[in-house]
Amino acid sequence: MKAIPLAYSVRNLWTRKLTTALTAGGMALVVFVFAAVLMLDAGLRQAMVSTGQPDNVMVTRRSAGSEVQSGVERPQAALVEAQPEVVAASKETVVLIAQHKRDSGTVSNVTVRGLSPQGIALRPQVRLAAGRMFRPASTEIVVGRSIAQRFAGTGVGERLRFGARDWLVVGVFDAGGSAFDSEIWGDVDQMMQSFRRQAYSTVIARLADPGAFDALKRRLDSDPRLTVDVKRERQFYEEQSAALSGFISILGLTLSVIFSIGAMIGAMITMYAAVAGRTAEIGALRALGFRRRAILTAFLAEALALAALGWALGLGVASLMQLVHISTMNWQSFGELAFSFKLTPKIVLQSLAFAAAMGFAGGVLPALRAARLSIVDALRAA
Amino acid sequence: MSRRVSSTLIEVRGVSKSYRRGGQVVAVLHGLSFDVQRGDFLGLMGPSGSGKSTLLNLLAGIDKPDAGAILVDGVDITVLPESDLADWRATSVGFVFQFYNLMPVLTAFENVELPLTLTPLSRRERREHVAAALRLVGLADRAEHYPSELSGGQQQRVAIARALVTDPKLIVADEPTGDLDRQSAAEVLSLLEQLNVQFGKTIVMVTHDRRAAEHAHAIKYLDKGELSEGADLLERSVR
Amino acid sequence: MQFLKLIARNALRHKLRTGLTVLGLVIAVLSFGLLQTVVGAWYAGANNAAPDRLVTRNAISLVFPMPLHYRDKIRAVPGVKRVGTANWFGGIYQDPKKFFPQFAVDAAQYFEMYPEYRFAEEEKRAFLRDRRGAVVGRKLAETYGFRVGDTLPLRGTIFPGDWSFTVRAIYEGAEARTDTSQMFFHWDYLNETMKRRVPRRADQVGVFVVQIADPARSAEISQALDAQFRNSAAETLTETEKAFQLGFVAMTEAIVVGIRVVSFVVVFIILAVMANTMAMTARERLSEYATLKALGFAPGYVAALVLGESLAIAAVGGLVGVGCTFPVAAWFSTQTGTLFAVFEVSLATTAMQLGAALAVGIAAALLPGQRAARVRIVDGLRAIG
Repeated sequence: MKAIPLAYSVRNLWTRKLTTALTAGGMALVVFVFAAVLMLDAGLRQAMVSTGQPDNVMVTRRSAGSEVQSGVERPQAALVEAQPEVVAASKETVVLIAQHKRDSGTVSNVTVRGLSPQGIALRPQVRLAAGRMFRPASTEIVVGRSIAQRFAGTGVGERLRFGARDWLVVGVFDAGGSAFDSEIWGDVDQMMQSFRRQAYSTVIARLADPGAFDALKRRLDSDPRLTVDVKRERQFYEEQSAALSGFISILGLTLSVIFSIGAMIGAMITMYAAVAGRTAEIGALRALGFRRRAILTAFLAEALALAALGWALGLGVASLMQLVHISTMNWQSFGELAFSFKLTPKIVLQSLAFAAAMGFAGGVLPALRAARLSIVDALRAA
Repeated sequence: MSRRVSSTLIEVRGVSKSYRRGGQVVAVLHGLSFDVQRGDFLGLMGPSGSGKSTLLNLLAGIDKPDAGAILVDGVDITVLPESDLADWRATSVGFVFQFYNLMPVLTAFENVELPLTLTPLSRRERREHVAAALRLVGLADRAEHYPSELSGGQQQRVAIARALVTDPKLIVADEPTGDLDRQSAAEVLSLLEQLNVQFGKTIVMVTHDRRAAEHAHAIKYLDKGELSEGADLLERSVR
Repeated sequence: MQFLKLIARNALRHKLRTGLTVLGLVIAVLSFGLLQTVVGAWYAGANNAAPDRLVTRNAISLVFPMPLHYRDKIRAVPGVKRVGTANWFGGIYQDPKKFFPQFAVDAAQYFEMYPEYRFAEEEKRAFLRDRRGAVVGRKLAETYGFRVGDTLPLRGTIFPGDWSFTVRAIYEGAEARTDTSQMFFHWDYLNETMKRRVPRRADQVGVFVVQIADPARSAEISQALDAQFRNSAAETLTETEKAFQLGFVAMTEAIVVGIRVVSFVVVFIILAVMANTMAMTARERLSEYATLKALGFAPGYVAALVLGESLAIAAVGGLVGVGCTFPVAAWFSTQTGTLFAVFEVSLATTAMQLGAALAVGIAAALLPGQRAARVRIVDGLRAIG
């Protein structure tokens, strides 16, 4: 055990409290940004992934980027319904309406879905949180939890006006944090009439056996009467968030890396000063018989301890972000999507590794300088 | 393997050392040879820049000569690689510096324990050795204090405890009383004497202070790289 | 003069430390500037809006079209000079990542309303003659290497099927901030094709762009226009072009706010680094400050030394950071291609960068400067070694 006691490294951080606080603080900010970005992305993915059921498939028009852009003609929809693998199907229409937000009054696009009772059954994760479900063939609607919170006029008993009609809100539903929380649901036929639509937007179908997907896809792709794409519901929603997720990740990670250079520089300055201030101690330690490697390790440990401090602080604040909810336009669907920050064990470890890398990068050069000192020069500097 | 237990602890053979100072090469020691016997308490004196500290550093194995050999207890330390030298220092040499060079963030106890962490001793064994060393220097009750809470004299005594805790053959002291008031200096010096007389430690001490030198049993005078006996000690005024 | 000399020499005493601090500042100022520019790019559409242009869309949402025959009624509204139609095409060029805006417009009217899109005369004529012709902006042309005469294939999403156009003209922007990342083609061609493929979707317009004679009357004219279509199958909502563009920004407000917040985070990071540097430096020189005070220099002088050094470092870091922002922004712009219509570093951004550097320089020196000024001469002189 030829290492300098860890207490030496750690206690030196305690001696220079201001410097330690500032250096660790800088690193904490970077860890915060890093973790927050990852958490945002995880939250977005979770909202999307939890939207899809493993045994549901979605049928849209070929090459349609979103449900809103898609149109499935009635005969084609009927064909899909009749497929042997399909045990239940819902023909739905999806539009966007511009509505005013509650607090800011700004206008945002809200997804409105016309569906049938079968459609509701195909989404078992959805539960009523207030009021009741809309009656088929009526102009009643129910709104998702996020819509009820954010948009004006969406409380139970209130009326929304769109498509030249008034629609009565009879209930609020909870979709467990998935994309449906940002939707308004109503009767499909009423909606189609109101928006003067002839074709459906999508057909959602449940497969008797999820493994039968490939056979179904092959048949639908090769049928000349159909111009549709069929995807598993999970995959569809994952793709819906791809652009936004990609943007968040790339921008966020690029920023984190750039910021980390700043924090790393801070750590380097601190450690160089630490080495310069303790040159005599280094000489004494070497004289006592500690090897260069022990000196190197001791100063690296000090830098890593700083990083650990920054990590704990940064992650701690980042975890508070889980209380924050984000609502923004999803670029692909063009509609509002609500999601929040999600802290996963993976993110905890990733941020730890990131902090450690910063500490190491900042501390390695000063530690090498400390290790390379000649004993005589170091002692003379006292 | 039988070792011839000779009475000579240190043999310095033809040692030379020079430094570069401001572009110029200054030869500090040239072809120096002398012996130090086991149990000696040697004082090294001389004017500033005479190479006393340089010689001390060479004896202690923290610097290497340009030429010559230094044998300590039969081992030529000038040919040892740095890692072996580090190990050798850990077990064979104890240091006492002018400015103590204690770790400010470690307690007196932990400072004294530091050299022992380089040995295979168990935690309990280390604790016993440290306690004994602190008792010897009279600071057992200050074990949990940090250097900043101790006076200069006390700090130096902790440093001495650290120097002897591994039971080294040789103790080198570079101006051990240089930063102390008269009373503390006297305490430190009598402590060194005790180590030498009672425990048989070989001590080589560099000093400016004539009074300090008087505690040593032999004095060598270093001037322009040449060592001589301290016969004319009173005449050669020291600074 | 002696004061300045002292500051300069002091800053250079610790070359490594000063150098690292300056580097940190450069990176921070650069990041801050880039992020603010990204936010600015978000507002590019709104900044390019002309006060004499209104946008009319379906009141339900942009997703719903309006009948073509509305055009005549709009033209009849008093105060309206010209009406153009535009449909967002939303096609895919090779792969979805290669995104750029595509509009089907009635070229004769539309480009008269957008004088900031500058054409070469023969190119424009060639485009007007060719039904399947397309116009691309300079930035778009450079990003994908489009040249006049090239074929531009698009895979339709909203308007399904495969479409093929011929590039007939490349337009330049009148100003640096004009959007030249767009592609336009003839609405007539879109309509004819839809009449064949999906007849019930023919004669439908995405938005009407309305040019009015007097910008001061925009609110009045907008209301008059919408009144024409109240209680019809497709009610309309007319607003100024700026309001229309700002509506998009508002939808992704969360992201914009997030980026703004993050841009200030970087300033705080560097503030921590700089404050640390100044604190360490001042602490090491405490005995020097004490000596100066003993010699008779006022506490204010000593504090000014600290502040001066901090500002000098901040100034160098800030200026170099600002200088680097322009080439880096240009590089970033070419890398992201047509994702950002405009990516120009504005004067306001540069001012903010310098302001941030200045603020950091001052804030970092506050505590150390105060400590240096207040050091008791006796304490300072004793603290040697």
